[in-house]
Amino acid sequence: MSAPTRAELTPDADGVLYTYGGDEWIVVQLAEAMSLSVNLRAQAITRRIGELRIPGVTEICPANAAYMVRIDPDVVHPRAMTERLREIATEVGDAEDFVLRTRITDVPVLFRDEWTHSALMRFRDRHQTPELTDLEFAAQLNGYADVDSFIDAIVGAPFIVSMTGFVPCVPWGYQLVPPRRQIEVPKYVRPRTFTPERALGWGGGFTAIYPVDGAGGYQLFGICPGPIVDATQTLPDFRENYTYYRPGDLIRYRPIDRSEYDAIRATVGDRSFRHHSAELEFVPRDWFAEPDATVRRLCEVLDAA
Amino acid sequence: MPLEIRRPGLMTTVQDAGRSGGYHLGMPPSGAMDLFSYEVANLLVGNTDGQAALECTYLGPEIEFTEPVRIAVTGADLPARVNGTEIESWTAHDVAAGDVLSFDFLRSGARAYLGISGGIDVPSVFGSRSTYTLVGAGGFEGRALRAGDELKVGVTGPDRRAAARSVPAALRTTHPAQVELRVVVGLASYRVVPASLAAFFSTDWRVTSDANRVGYRYRGGGIDFVARTPPAGAGSDPANVVDIGYPVGSIQVPGGSEPIALLRDAVTGGGYATIATIISADIARAGQSRSNDVTRFVEVSLDEALTARREAADRLNRVRSALGFD
Repeated sequence: MSAPTRAELTPDADGVLYTYGGDEWIVVQLAEAMSLSVNLRAQAITRRIGELRIPGVTEICPANAAYMVRIDPDVVHPRAMTERLREIATEVGDAEDFVLRTRITDVPVLFRDEWTHSALMRFRDRHQTPELTDLEFAAQLNGYADVDSFIDAIVGAPFIVSMTGFVPCVPWGYQLVPPRRQIEVPKYVRPRTFTPERALGWGGGFTAIYPVDGAGGYQLFGICPGPIVDATQTLPDFRENYTYYRPGDLIRYRPIDRSEYDAIRATVGDRSFRHHSAELEFVPRDWFAEPDATVRRLCEVLDAA
Repeated sequence: MPLEIRRPGLMTTVQDAGRSGGYHLGMPPSGAMDLFSYEVANLLVGNTDGQAALECTYLGPEIEFTEPVRIAVTGADLPARVNGTEIESWTAHDVAAGDVLSFDFLRSGARAYLGISGGIDVPSVFGSRSTYTLVGAGGFEGRALRAGDELKVGVTGPDRRAAARSVPAALRTTHPAQVELRVVVGLASYRVVPASLAAFFSTDWRVTSDANRVGYRYRGGGIDFVARTPPAGAGSDPANVVDIGYPVGSIQVPGGSEPIALLRDAVTGGGYATIATIISADIARAGQSRSNDVTRFVEVSLDEALTARREAADRLNRVRSALGFD
């Protein structure tokens, strides 16, 4: 077998890496580091690919600082597709004028709940600082005086769903705050073998909500009463699809107490649960100019809905 | 009900060629791990429209038929019997109401496919009848079969019965305990020290017991990552990147110690650096390997991957011709 060339493994002049995942996938890493602008570029490019309905494209997957497409190589050659993707990237440019038509959803969270607390206590031996809870560790690491002010920061500005997946349908959340206020938390040293369903976690620069019980490495902060998936599709918000969140959604975490948590769980039980959400346009240019004022306006739309 | 499950086997699921269009939400394709064997099982029983078959893992089921159907077993070497008499695999057989299909112990491979004329009739979920057990979607009630389950078969369409009843030996798959899986290097392979990436291809990787439809975990060596200051959002572990999509077939190395190759129920994305991807022509071979089998990963170029893809398609076409389909 000939020695394959690895010429296709070098980023282009803009630092973008086009690379092949076997013969069916093209993975495009727009940047190594996360930022809101790179994620918006991934969302703009993938939305454009979707609009173009290119023959042979079977999956279009935006990611945090990247995107990938699956193709049928019998219909379109991977190299021809890569050239097409480069053209689309040029056409989209830096996505400065991109307007994200999306929705904002209220996500109630019971912080410091008994379920994630019991899970994190079980796996202290896999944690950086076994003597602290995950919230205490993350608050301290990010320079917050106490857990309460750390939680205030989490619920103080909404997040953009920068990517969905892993399993159906984990929403990755990237907070709409300037880089200097971004919270960053390492993952567990070794992943847990158990995480309760609907746990809210934080790993690297992202929140995630675990849809089902399972392994996981994100720091555990709380639990959400609202379901992430409904395979039975008997809840009103899941009639069309058994998942709810989509890339580009905005979410706002809201702290709740145990009685509100139980009340929402009861609506899941009697199948009347609905998300509280509102349609809106997110204009990144406004956010880059005035992040706090823009975020306030987004939240007002949700509160008024 | 035409099929009564007397014993379920270890993990018997309804599968077809899988679904697409939901990967960005976290919905993997699912479908038969060994698509070639699945397609051939369908052809043998006259199904030419993507009907669903049963994927039988390691230990086969025991099934009583309550209506006459045509069946065929392909894939892993899992010897089948009808009413106690061994039947030839890769061959169509007609069974009558009251006949019982059972299996001996597995001889090689991991997954056998039971094709049934008309196909297993379960509702199509997002364009496929395939079972995705993690969220309980598709297939028969979203789960592996259990004793007592009763399955319907679809109505057989126009007569598309194969002229020949058996696949020529040269076109059947064999399953050696030492497999080579061809991969295209790419993705975040820049994160790996070059000498370590070279060593990856000369290592005998052993399939661990953590090997299922989501992915296979291997043991036998390690991977060294290039030291760096972590980029924003990635987290501090050198095996981590800013969370990104995982192609089906992609290989990641959490902690640098045990590579995981994702297969048809893949997790669709995450924060581990992926280094290479098993080519489409070899996904079936990965899914037919089993715990303790030795695997070598062999680097190929994109062009070689595309050639292998054409060869795999040609092989299925030769089966079609041999069975008398034009």
